[in-house]
Amino acid sequence: MEKYDIVIIGGGPAGLAAAIAAKNDGADSILILERDRELGGILNQCIHNGFGLHTFSEELTGPEYAQRFIDQVKALGIPYLLNTMVMDISPDKCVTAMNKTRGMFTIQAKAIILAMGCRERARGALNIPGYRPAGIFSAGTAQRLVNMEGYLPGRNVVILGSGDIGLIMARRMTLEGAKVQVVAELMPYSGGLKRNIVQCLDDFHIPLKLSHTVVDIRGKERVEQVTLAQVDTNGRPILGTEETYDCDTLLLSVGLIPENELSAGMGVLMNPVTAGPKVNESLETNIEGVFACGNVLHVHDLVDFVSQEAAMAGKSAAAYVRGTHRQGQENSKPVSIKAQQGVRYTVPDTIRPAYMQDKLTVRFRVGSVFKNCYVSVYFDQERVMQKKRPVLAPGEMESFTITRQQLQKYPDLGTITFRIEQDA
Amino acid sequence: MFDYDVVIIGAGVSGSACARELSRCQAKICVLEKEEDVCCQTSKANSGIVHAGFDATPGSLMAKLNVRGNQMMESLSKELDFPYRQTGALVVCRNMEDMPNLQALYERGMANGVEGLCILTKEQAHALEPNLTDDVYAALYAPTSGIVCPFGLNIALAENAFVNGVEFRFYTEVLDIQKQGQGFLLHTSKGDYTAACVVNAAGVYADVFHNMVSSHKIHITPRRGDYCLLDKSAGKHVARTIFSLPNRYGKGVLVTPTVHGNLLLGPTAVDIDDREGTNTTREGLDMVLQKAGENVKDLPLKQVITSFAGLRAHEDGHEFIIGEVPDAEGFVDCAGIESPGLTSCPAIGEMVAGIVQKKLGLFPKEDFSGTRKGILDPKTLSMEERNALIQQNPAYGNIVCRCEMITEGEILDAISRPLGAKSLDGVKRRTRAGMGRCQSGFCSPRTMEILARSLPGGMGEITKSGKASGIVAGKK
Repeated sequence: MEKYDIVIIGGGPAGLAAAIAAKNDGADSILILERDRELGGILNQCIHNGFGLHTFSEELTGPEYAQRFIDQVKALGIPYLLNTMVMDISPDKCVTAMNKTRGMFTIQAKAIILAMGCRERARGALNIPGYRPAGIFSAGTAQRLVNMEGYLPGRNVVILGSGDIGLIMARRMTLEGAKVQVVAELMPYSGGLKRNIVQCLDDFHIPLKLSHTVVDIRGKERVEQVTLAQVDTNGRPILGTEETYDCDTLLLSVGLIPENELSAGMGVLMNPVTAGPKVNESLETNIEGVFACGNVLHVHDLVDFVSQEAAMAGKSAAAYVRGTHRQGQENSKPVSIKAQQGVRYTVPDTIRPAYMQDKLTVRFRVGSVFKNCYVSVYFDQERVMQKKRPVLAPGEMESFTITRQQLQKYPDLGTITFRIEQDA
Repeated sequence: MFDYDVVIIGAGVSGSACARELSRCQAKICVLEKEEDVCCQTSKANSGIVHAGFDATPGSLMAKLNVRGNQMMESLSKELDFPYRQTGALVVCRNMEDMPNLQALYERGMANGVEGLCILTKEQAHALEPNLTDDVYAALYAPTSGIVCPFGLNIALAENAFVNGVEFRFYTEVLDIQKQGQGFLLHTSKGDYTAACVVNAAGVYADVFHNMVSSHKIHITPRRGDYCLLDKSAGKHVARTIFSLPNRYGKGVLVTPTVHGNLLLGPTAVDIDDREGTNTTREGLDMVLQKAGENVKDLPLKQVITSFAGLRAHEDGHEFIIGEVPDAEGFVDCAGIESPGLTSCPAIGEMVAGIVQKKLGLFPKEDFSGTRKGILDPKTLSMEERNALIQQNPAYGNIVCRCEMITEGEILDAISRPLGAKSLDGVKRRTRAGMGRCQSGFCSPRTMEILARSLPGGMGEITKSGKASGIVAGKK
């Protein structure tokens, strides 16, 4: 059987950054497995700009951002296989994959980095009633059709969901000559980045209807009409508020789900809030030597943060393979991180202080919009840090840095708690 | 003197079963279907249950054909290579007052000749199905109940009929039927057809055609049922089909594993006017989720991946109407085929073929081939066999549908085989590509590209399900 020190599942932004970091940290035997026809993942269809501001202080398009990492992977001579589907990963890190030229084959890895990304939530998950004609697309599928295949999915469009892909596609379809009538959002706030609302909706005079959802889809062959209605605070449609739009297309941008079927299959434990693996400070899952990063771990808004996070996973995997990962650290007592009072989750959700680097970035999301509030961090009962924020929104991932030095002052620490508070 | 000995209206599961049985005979047979493919209406949207036969009234045709169909299904699934599994079923009784009804169901089943029936105590029922509601009082256990892939069954029957010489005409809607001499003249959207015998297997339209030739009118109501399908991760929540006690609208909302490992909840029962009214409704879907939870606890309702609605062809007398129409000799009804129609279809085909064969004095065909090989599922192969296959045909090494792990090879097979797929839905029903948890988000552009290679017109002409269901609006 073929053997590699590190096998990376997925050649998107997470997989690429993880590979580069692992290689730069001394790992030599690395293989990237990518199911699509090229490296770069979903970035290849994100031809709009706005990528890389944090990483390169430049505004790049998705393919340009990806290319910078692809170039490094190639320059470093990291091997990768394209059009290769991973079918299964065993708990002892034996990867079964398949492609057209090699057929089905197995690879034994010492460490695995999960970087499979996420998929879009489909109509069924929302139980939207009505007919099931042609013309209903997830926003990402429509994006692929427009930007990669060169086809216009429809000419008269209603969009449900104001996640970033929905917003981007509102602009994209408009630029391609389609009429985008409205973007409806179930929640009382958008799930997308503020800048995308301005640049993709406001600039094109596309109305955003908050607290609205689709209550009916008509058309037996192709979409003919979509009916929206306002929803109450429980998300239930309010009778009498229905508005019907004549259209031929409904795009859905109603959430992303980390693709963890392979992870779950090998016994990786999941966080029910993120639908991604539970990880420690090294981004290591409950299975030793199995790391996760990027959208398979938790859904990100900005690829820059994916790259940062993935580099961390790559370094951890390299350390694990070297054997320095656990040297002399066996007695490190784990500290659990709890998300409370407006904080939905944190990644990671445990820290073993002895294993952590000098600084650790804890990423989290809030559950609703907060204004003029504080992000507070408690070490057990004691509030040790607080950061004032003018606004916090579910659509924008937040982070907080914890240092090794801080933790060393609390040798008996059991729990770190993240909370949103109104008072200082 | 006629174009055909037999014209069958409808390529659903009844029409296809009749076609397959009749293809054993020396006869010129044609199936007329208004849609683009077989299995496009009632046959594609149902529970996929092979009912044991305890529900139908003893002595009825429904009871007889249900039990016979159930007995035939296993060997048919082997002959025609479609997914079928005998899983057993439980009918849940939740309180003591309903016990007489459960007992009556048991006795009906015994009278119908259903094997293996027994009434289980709460503890026995929970031992079989730990996720049954804690409210269960007793349950009727029917070990001969099973599950089948409704598409697989329909497509297998049609393909086998086709290779045995039956012609299929799609996009051919029958508009009018007149008696002509000893036979019939059918006006269709694609010209006229004449036939000595007509088999009316038109589902929710069967009364329309019956009433064109007979003065003894029948009436069929489209009875809509909403369903929710759950991800495979929920597929083992129950191991058997879980029924409620039947009421006057049918068998109520069931919870069942599917042959492919999903969990299916439904259907509701709402009588409607529109014979194409397959839209789900908010009330319907809410009711499915609520009712399903009455018999089964802890249903992972967040795992719903799609919902759909199907129409049952409910005849006023709630009985299969099968036989030659007395005042229209040569016109054979196959009407009112609602549940347990899918189960009964092998027996319906046998019965209808018998009637037609006798009527026309047809002789058996010597070269009839009663077996068919389905689309090869590489997942059933060992790694060595799979690699040999990929070496021979690399398309089997290319996964197109990630969720269901369907290869390009399977999709190409679905397109090129007899009565092959012409649309995304056609590919989906044959291979399951696009039927998984992402509901074709990833694979549809790729499947379109594969279809475009095989069909005239290219990507821009690919449809979801024929007619005006084009996927894209144009080339950029």
